[in-house]
Amino acid sequence: MTPARTRLFALLACALLLALFPLFGGTFYVQLIAKVMILAIFAMSLDLLIGYTGLVSFGHAAYFGLAGYALALLGPKYEAASLWWSLPAAMAVCALFALVTGLLVLRTKGIFFIMVTLAFAQMLYFVFHDTKLGGGSDGIYIYNKPELKIGDFALANLDKIEHFYYFVLILMLAVYLLLRRVLGSTFGRALVGIKVNEHRMQALGFPVFRYKLASYVLAGALGGLSGYLAAVQFGFVNPEILSWHKSGQVMMMVILGGMGTLYGPVLGAFAFVLLQETFSNQAWFGSLAKHWQLAMGGFVVLVALYLPRGLAGLIERKAQPAVEEEEKPKEKP
Amino acid sequence: MSEPILRTHELTKRFGGLVAVDKVSLELHVGEVHAVIGPNGAGKSTLTNLLSGDLPPTSGTVQFENRDIAGLPSDRISRLGVGRSYQKTNIFLPFTVFENCRLAAQSRAPRAWRVWRGAGVFGDTNRQAEAAMEAAGLAHRRERVAATLSHGEQRQLEIAMCLATQPRLLLLDEPLAGMGPHESHRMVDLIRKLSEGHAIMLIEHDMDAVFAVAHKLTVMVNGEVIESGTPETVRASPAVQLAYLGGEDNLHG
Ligand SMILES: Nc1ncnc2c1ncn2[C@@H]1O[C@H](COP(=O)(O)OP(=O)(O)OP(=O)(O)O)[C@@H](O)[C@H]1O
Ligand SMILES: [Mg+2]
Repeated sequence: MTPARTRLFALLACALLLALFPLFGGTFYVQLIAKVMILAIFAMSLDLLIGYTGLVSFGHAAYFGLAGYALALLGPKYEAASLWWSLPAAMAVCALFALVTGLLVLRTKGIFFIMVTLAFAQMLYFVFHDTKLGGGSDGIYIYNKPELKIGDFALANLDKIEHFYYFVLILMLAVYLLLRRVLGSTFGRALVGIKVNEHRMQALGFPVFRYKLASYVLAGALGGLSGYLAAVQFGFVNPEILSWHKSGQVMMMVILGGMGTLYGPVLGAFAFVLLQETFSNQAWFGSLAKHWQLAMGGFVVLVALYLPRGLAGLIERKAQPAVEEEEKPKEKP
Repeated sequence: MSEPILRTHELTKRFGGLVAVDKVSLELHVGEVHAVIGPNGAGKSTLTNLLSGDLPPTSGTVQFENRDIAGLPSDRISRLGVGRSYQKTNIFLPFTVFENCRLAAQSRAPRAWRVWRGAGVFGDTNRQAEAAMEAAGLAHRRERVAATLSHGEQRQLEIAMCLATQPRLLLLDEPLAGMGPHESHRMVDLIRKLSEGHAIMLIEHDMDAVFAVAHKLTVMVNGEVIESGTPETVRASPAVQLAYLGGEDNLHG
């Protein structure tokens, strides 16, 4: 079997498992897995930057939070917003923020890029934390979940956790397939080329800056999608969703899972939340449970030392993403 | 005499107090191999960088096909039809030989921005990549990861990538350095063959190769051109013998 085919079967198997899960999982766990899948979308969007474009962004929470605030602020206060416009609007706000900040941050490299992405995210944090715009540090409640209707017919009722769960599952799969497709295109190949050797890409005639900007905007919009879903799930937003902890956590998911593999960060999101739930379980760890971050930190160190290619590295032993997908030229007659 | 494809006028590059390229004026023509020679540190690679856009000049002009290109970014200059190879191998180490060449060829594809179609389906791009590998003698290494190639093969790949962008002007910075005698020979043949439809600026320390293919020679020392002309002129120039070669013998080598 070709790697692409193996991956397709694995994907179908995982999708089936996740689809069956609500039939036997309790509500608590259905909520939890929905949360994980939202984080998986978040992690995949960051992998596009870190793993495929070589842009180590330490401010990705900006998009997660911004989309949540966009929903809270743009939607009507006491009625449900329609998903049809509020989701695209939230993603558009994020794309715009990525476009404007990208014009600046993409002129920096290496450690400066990390610093400047962090700085922009912190600026957003303080805007929402220190002003009345978004309710200050208390945040804003979103009393009604967005409606998913065609005419008067409700496609799904996102108040019901099962409906929400399946909605998130479909979006996670859609994002995965979308990114696979994009990364397998000439555009995606160029991004990986930029990651490997930006200088040569430019010398070969690629307008490197524009490619990076496009990737940055797409990652921002998809990060926004995950933030929107999280805001819908929890029913409120506060500045914590914009904090650098959030940026650090999603980066850990990407590294834990294996950057530059796309499915790795999905595994990373599952592993991260699973570990978090385990280490913070009072029944098992007693008073140590509130120091779960310590155990998590140790675990990430171990992975970084012994599994430099993350959990995905356990699964496949191939050289590099771009090489592995080598397609035979399909000539048209 | 035909119009030159590229012409520089008093092209200068300073690094702080050092004048690495000092008022260099030269012309490159289609159908000619123009060799630039000179001792280490003469400014040959810096000159290449100024023409390719890797570095902006401090002063002076560069005209390519009657368009002023001095100071344009390297991707613009590349897309206008100027290809270059690097003295220090500059390839995509984790990719296969084919993918290295395919990416190079992709930079010419009008629809390279398509985000939806698989990269494998662009027949023209693939054909250009195959042709470039074939010309550089790397077809048998098609699926090898570039990092696992020998040093000489990596040098060949460097040239193949330059060819895959289908340039009209090639700037080759020491293409033979590190190649074995067999590959060197093959590369000299390739350069000679390419010169028919292309303009080539060749920087090379191997004098046998230079005199075997060059139609024109420019000799640089300390950033300055001390002699320029046909191989015979340069060979006979006392200035060259004194300043650069230190003795007549080397030029006949
Ligand atoms: N980026 C740079 N910054 C400062 N000085 C530089 C830079 N690049 C080159 N130089 C200096 O400019 C001079 C010319 O260097 P260049 O690499 O162009 O020489 P070259 O003729 O290609 O030599 P070689 O035959 O060794 O390749 C040298 O003194 C070098 O140290
Ligand atoms: Mg040099």
